[in-house]
Amino acid sequence: MSMKVKSLADLKKIKDEVQEKIKLREQSLQAEHIVQIKVAMATCGIASGAKEIMSYLIDELEYHGIDGVVTQTGCMGYCYAEPTIEVKLPGQDPVVYGYVTKEKVREIITTHVMKGELVDGLIPVNYKTIDE
Amino acid sequence: MTELALHILDIVQNSIRAKARKIEVTIMENPEDDLFVIKIQDDGLGMDETQLQLVTDPFFTTRTTRKVGMGIALLKQCAEQTGGSLKVNSQKGAGTILEAILKHRHVDRPILGDIAGTMTLLIGANPLIRFIYIHQTPLSSFELDTLEVLEELDDVPINDRDILKALEEMINENLEMIEASLK
Ligand SMILES: Nc1ncnc2c1ncn2[C@@H]1O[C@H](COP(=O)(O)OP(=O)(O)OP(=O)(O)O)[C@@H](O)[C@H]1O
Ligand SMILES: [Mg+2]
Repeated sequence: MSMKVKSLADLKKIKDEVQEKIKLREQSLQAEHIVQIKVAMATCGIASGAKEIMSYLIDELEYHGIDGVVTQTGCMGYCYAEPTIEVKLPGQDPVVYGYVTKEKVREIITTHVMKGELVDGLIPVNYKTIDE
Repeated sequence: MTELALHILDIVQNSIRAKARKIEVTIMENPEDDLFVIKIQDDGLGMDETQLQLVTDPFFTTRTTRKVGMGIALLKQCAEQTGGSLKVNSQKGAGTILEAILKHRHVDRPILGDIAGTMTLLIGANPLIRFIYIHQTPLSSFELDTLEVLEELDDVPINDRDILKALEEMINENLEMIEASLK
């Protein structure tokens, strides 16, 4: 993307550029086949840096060429351990990591997401506590 | 919180939790009149009288995971620290409007911060919600409405990474122009 996007008309040009790319990507983008990550985005999470962690997750997935969706969720009830994220690999149960830093994000992506091995920082999950 | 954009990210979570389909974020800046106003309006579930009375109280929350609700109380405290105020209006079934008035030139007013990144994170994570972002100064204004964006995109998803990057850039470019008009 070389030109600066300043208006909807500029955006339309970008759209044409990426349309083909998207078609290729779409085939692999079925929910059951991609990694799904949720970032807890209540006040406690945001105050502890959840926004930066969410942006970083999106960037790192892209950097490693991994198809995934990063979304936000409400309070998961682990305020003491914010920022917290839930990671769900295709066909597996979700797990929750607490005290997530950028360094931890890199570790989670290269080890958990890419190799399927859990890393330190897991929080025992009680799903009844999720509050969307 | 160090940036007003983080408060906005937080308050918008309330609207999302209230199942809003349309969320409007408006910023009105007027340094000459010493005003910095943040307005967040949604068409979500709204609140009844009793809830509305309690909404700025940190010990009121409808969350089930904990007994405190800090989001609105924190922004209220932030606004009041600058000599400003915060009010919430809501109607059950109709929606909610929150307005925080801050003093533009007060030393305790946090910077707006990364609002472009905040809006694009919200848009990317909630592609089915219509977001409107309006930024006004006495001399110029900028408006982004994701409904208009969708019309330009045809079948390309709005939460596509390249589209979100372009949107972020578009907001930043326009805000730079707006900020320049304030000088
Ligand atoms: N836009 C809204 N629509 C409907 N109800 C709302 C809205 N904003 C706030 N409320 C109600 O007010 C309560 C308090 O909101 P507040 O943001 O202060 O705390 P919280 O969201 O409960 O928790 P926290 O912000 O700390 O994560 C909410 O739990 C909700 O019941
Ligand atoms: Mg809240």
